[in-house]
Amino acid sequence: MTNKFYNALFASGIAFILTCLMVGIKLDTEGTQLAIKGASAEQWTWIGLGIALVFLSQLFSDKIDAIFSKVPKPKLSNMLPKEQKMATLKPWLLALLIVGMLVWPFMVSRGSVDLATLALIYIMLGLGLNIVVGLAGLLDLGFVAFYAVGAYTYALLSQYFGMSFWACLPISAGLAALFGFILGFPVLRLRGDYLAIVTLGFGEIIRILLNNWTAVTGGPNGISGIDKPTLFGLEFSRRAKEEDTVLFHEFFGIDYSSSYKVIFLYLIAVILTIFVVYVINRLMRMPVGRAWEALREDEIACRSLGLNRTVIKLSAFTLGATTAGFAGAFFAARQGFISPESFIFIESAIILAIVVLGGMGSQVGVILAAIIMTILPELAREFSEYRMLLFGFLMVIMMRWRPQGLVPMKRPHLELNR
Amino acid sequence: MSQLLLDVNALTMRFGGLVAVNGVNLKVKNRQIVSIIGPNGAGKTTVFNCLSGFYIPTAGSVMFKNEQIAGLKDFQISRKGLVRTFQHVRLFSNMTVVENMLVAQHRHLNTNLFSGLFKTPSYRRKEGEAMDHAAQWLEEVGLLDVANRQAGNLSYGQQRRLEIARCMVTQPELLMLDEPAAGLNPNETKELDELIIKLRDEHEISILLIEHDMSLVMGISDHIYVIAQGTPLADGSPEEIKNNPDVIKAYLGED
Repeated sequence: MTNKFYNALFASGIAFILTCLMVGIKLDTEGTQLAIKGASAEQWTWIGLGIALVFLSQLFSDKIDAIFSKVPKPKLSNMLPKEQKMATLKPWLLALLIVGMLVWPFMVSRGSVDLATLALIYIMLGLGLNIVVGLAGLLDLGFVAFYAVGAYTYALLSQYFGMSFWACLPISAGLAALFGFILGFPVLRLRGDYLAIVTLGFGEIIRILLNNWTAVTGGPNGISGIDKPTLFGLEFSRRAKEEDTVLFHEFFGIDYSSSYKVIFLYLIAVILTIFVVYVINRLMRMPVGRAWEALREDEIACRSLGLNRTVIKLSAFTLGATTAGFAGAFFAARQGFISPESFIFIESAIILAIVVLGGMGSQVGVILAAIIMTILPELAREFSEYRMLLFGFLMVIMMRWRPQGLVPMKRPHLELNR
Repeated sequence: MSQLLLDVNALTMRFGGLVAVNGVNLKVKNRQIVSIIGPNGAGKTTVFNCLSGFYIPTAGSVMFKNEQIAGLKDFQISRKGLVRTFQHVRLFSNMTVVENMLVAQHRHLNTNLFSGLFKTPSYRRKEGEAMDHAAQWLEEVGLLDVANRQAGNLSYGQQRRLEIARCMVTQPELLMLDEPAAGLNPNETKELDELIIKLRDEHEISILLIEHDMSLVMGISDHIYVIAQGTPLADGSPEEIKNNPDVIKAYLGED
């Protein structure tokens, strides 16, 4: 008990010092001079209350923990229908979901559709990183580099050679895959922390390269005026840039509306995402998916069974990069403007947070987390500067209560039927 | 009639100044059970690590089917048909028993990405064959009824047997078992004994065994090598080893 008391005293002491420094003292301008001012009486009461709260919560921490542990944690398995029922329901639910995703944009505002498109980009990125981190167990902190490669591939090809989005999409993915391969080859014999540092460095190299190679990439000014995707050659702009281009609204004889373009982009994102989800879903059930899992569980046993770990890790790395390349090309097309600013480290961190929050290796979890991570900051716009705080708070709560993620991974187990 | 399968000559492994294995010679013929025994820390597992490619031996030659394999990578060696188990069971414990068996057959499967994505007939056939092969070996070691259970939830004896079955589906010619009887009860040891003999007689493979359980070793070995402090001490039939004064001295200490 005395131990607890000292502990609490210490904690409240630290809280006192920190709050006094941050809230209790203010710098104010008086004419040309800076003056130090104390907090108002009301603020002091709040500070006092806060410190008292810290003291009490530390003193009775085990009792508080006991109360919290009694609160039943929401269990997803209870909310979902039983497994057998799920199996018959699943195709219907899936069909309903896809139809819903296709119909939905015609009923809501332009802003929401745009936001949904952004969420879909993050879903693709999350799923790509999920292959590397969740399935193969390789910590990659520079994932955004492949995203940047994809985006810049399309932007540059479109700017210099006037190539269309659809032609560039596979090229972007392929080039990102090549970068994944080139990076993966020397570094995949590293493990855990070391790999993380190397990938972090790689992410920065790509960003700095884009920033400084002004002659080609435009440096910090980025590339603007990137062409939007077309529907079989039909453009979505109001007026044709050149004489012979056909416009979407003219072709169908309808009035021009800017939301067509937004909806079209959204629909492309939906199709790309469904494609990515399908491919990864298949991969998980294929020999290579099993090998990733096995490698994550016991590398030495894998080696003794004749599995070439470099090839297996490289396949995970390359496929993850390919997905990021896809997402990158689409991002460039949607945005119409890209600069190195879009590919800073914090993006990698957010994608990683999506994977961890969602539940490593779990596709449904990653999709949910990507949606939450994109929509929450928008919803919390009113809190302005506090929203990052809110974000951090959410993370702490998640890790404390559900470290395995929103929807923990449940692998599709192969059954032996006989 | 019986050909030389494995021929190890003057195998030496140094770690800095420490000589862990010094000039070990081993010969394993076809369809033979050969044991390596020796006190703790004698370097038996180091020999295994050298043979299976986990270590690259400092000196000496390892001929497997008349081919030099010293210096090859671990996965290359196991693909040639020399597969090992570990002193501590190394299963993929979150995967099911049958999935463990499928991972081991990875290189026999159709790993082409596109055939897997579109489930081509050849892909399905290969998967089906792998399943059958896995089932066959699970039956052989008596694990068929737990095939869909998580490997980590099996009893220790079952895990040991699964590890052997997992090696066997890779279709090896020489199976190296590192203390397979450690932690087994007498009953399970007896089953293991029968399994090893069955592997030699029915499946016509050779087995290289490290084991401390002397009754097991003496009962099934065709030939025994004794290693003490990294150097070869003696070799011969079980009878010869039992009566070898040097071996008795190494095991019981000098009087």
